[in-house]
Amino acid sequence: MSVLADRIKEIIKPENLVYAKSPVLNDDIMHYCPGCSHGVVHRLIAEVIDEMGIQDQTIGVSPVGCSVFAYKYIDIDWQEAAHGRAPAVATGIKRVLPDKYVFSYQGDGDLAAIGTAETFHAVNRGENIVMIFINNAIYGMTGGQMAPTTLVGQITSTTPYGRNVDLNGYPLKITELLAQLPGAAYVTRQSVQNPAAVRKAKKAIRKAFEVQALKKGTAFVEVVSTCSSGWKLNPVDSNKWMEENMFPQYPLGDLKDSSRADADLYRIKG
Amino acid sequence: MAKVRGAVIVDTEVCKGCNLCVVACPTQTLALNRNVNNKGYHYSYMENPENCTGCTNCSAVCPDSCITVYRAKIE
Amino acid sequence: MGELRLMKGNEVIAIAAIRCGGDAYFGYPITPQSEVMETLMAERPWEDTGMVVLQAESEIASINMVYGAAGCGKRVMTSSSSPGISLMAEGISYMAGSELPCVIVNVQRGGPGLGTIQPSQADYNQATKGGGHGDYSLLVLAPASVQEMHDFVVLGFELAFKYRNPVMILADGVIGQLMEKVKLIDQRPRWTNEQIAEISGSWITVGKSKNRKKHVITSLEMDSSIMEGNNLRLQEKYNRMKAEEVRFEAIECDDAEYILVAFGSAARICQKTVQIARKKGVKVGLIRPITLFPFPEKIISEYATKVKGFLSVEFNAGQMVNDIRLAVNGKTRVEYFGRMGGIIPPPDEVEVALHQKLIKG
Repeated sequence: MSVLADRIKEIIKPENLVYAKSPVLNDDIMHYCPGCSHGVVHRLIAEVIDEMGIQDQTIGVSPVGCSVFAYKYIDIDWQEAAHGRAPAVATGIKRVLPDKYVFSYQGDGDLAAIGTAETFHAVNRGENIVMIFINNAIYGMTGGQMAPTTLVGQITSTTPYGRNVDLNGYPLKITELLAQLPGAAYVTRQSVQNPAAVRKAKKAIRKAFEVQALKKGTAFVEVVSTCSSGWKLNPVDSNKWMEENMFPQYPLGDLKDSSRADADLYRIKG
Repeated sequence: MAKVRGAVIVDTEVCKGCNLCVVACPTQTLALNRNVNNKGYHYSYMENPENCTGCTNCSAVCPDSCITVYRAKIE
Repeated sequence: MGELRLMKGNEVIAIAAIRCGGDAYFGYPITPQSEVMETLMAERPWEDTGMVVLQAESEIASINMVYGAAGCGKRVMTSSSSPGISLMAEGISYMAGSELPCVIVNVQRGGPGLGTIQPSQADYNQATKGGGHGDYSLLVLAPASVQEMHDFVVLGFELAFKYRNPVMILADGVIGQLMEKVKLIDQRPRWTNEQIAEISGSWITVGKSKNRKKHVITSLEMDSSIMEGNNLRLQEKYNRMKAEEVRFEAIECDDAEYILVAFGSAARICQKTVQIARKKGVKVGLIRPITLFPFPEKIISEYATKVKGFLSVEFNAGQMVNDIRLAVNGKTRVEYFGRMGGIIPPPDEVEVALHQKLIKG
């Protein structure tokens, strides 16, 4: 045993470090439930900011919902927006500070229900911001109510017998809709349930920030996520449930990768 | 022949015992401890440290960024 | 120097916003104030001063854009009319709670609901008692002329930054649409980044330099004891406004037996009423509150022991009259006269009301 302990000691040396928490992520213990995807996405954003060296140029806009406290964890300047208004707040920041990096971070209720108008119009204007969209098909903070993205038949505290389309309508594929807008430059859907997915998601977030630097239009990253508490599953089973039920409805991959549309396509003739 | 060996340090007070790292670990290095931390969570630890290759899969999926990973070539 | 122009109240709001070095305007069209954004767009200030002008998708978006830009230490404003201000109420509450400076212009129209596009003063309570949720106050300026529309934009920004609080210019459709002579200020430069850092460097979100702590603009606090402290700090600020910022105009009050109290366009009408009444030998004066919050309660309280009564003249169902009654505190009679729905009473109608409600009554 002591041989083993010695061998571990041999390995744990600064020169052998291959992964440590980014300094852009602070030491506060996150308030999220065990296994929550928010924590992973926060970390990826922090790592991208760190690797791009833009900590001093980045302003985040946090939503209302579970990630209302995002500002506690990523060590950058933040504004906390009213429910659904993050894209408008981000627009206000970006318009007066066009050379800074501005991103909004929103859940499904914030982005796709109460803030639908702000979301659509920010993307339609082609605001040069990054929008991070956490879709876990449920309201976490308020206790597991139906979200616009809740699946048909999914049980939530306000759909105790499952989401019924006659009563509640359909799961909103807002990312597909946003990809149609000429202001969108980069629209992608990612997930963070396993190491490969996490690495892909990080690349997507990095790319979104790079698109912002090029002022090509809005960069939109959906992350299909879990909510163990809301789904009443443990974190590992939540990932399985997500793969089986969420991915068919919300397929992963890039939905758009170009640049804001050419204005001439839309110009009047006369 | 040089062998790649790894080791991880789990910040046990930050760990919430979500088990995602245990599932993500390809070498069955990690497990949840029978003991709990001050918050009552069964924290992750290296149950089989000799298996670790330092692949960083655990740290990649960790929602609480509580895993630090080291890797070395051992002769 | 001091260019003299004939302009509409709404147009002057726009010109003053540019000339005082405003950084951004976000708005949404609504009658009777659409000329504000139309003028800004026609002037294209982004080419000269770099001022941002953006038409938002709603008043909700406008005020939240104002929130975002104000959080960067910029001088930002919006304008709207009554129904639009109701939509902004959430954002205004957040701005007050987050202590963000901005100027909001309300060119009031009649309500409730969609109401009418004709002038009104029915948003007095909304403007002076908060309007959104929570314990907060706006600093409210009530212009009675096109010149004051101009001057209060300049003053509004000064006060907004002095107190880190939203300032509302509570105009009405009369002042917004009225054309008058106005003396414009010369173009002032927008604040440089260095000036912004000096003025607001302790709280703005412009990117966190290595050696400072992150700044967070928020009104959220989960710890009740801290949240109560935040509220007490806000109240202390409002008390400071009450001590330092009361503005009013007292016209022919020295020998008055009756005093009319009116703001904005109602005060212009009452000025004429004072002349009519005095010609008939009735000693009438006029107090015109310029700041509606803080309300000029001291001067009203002082006159309460000298006059036979006050008549509050408002284009609403009687809102300011309650503030007058609080200031008078039972020391003399306080009556109300007003019209609603966009009707503007002529001065002699006010004079008749004065007779019926106070002199005869």
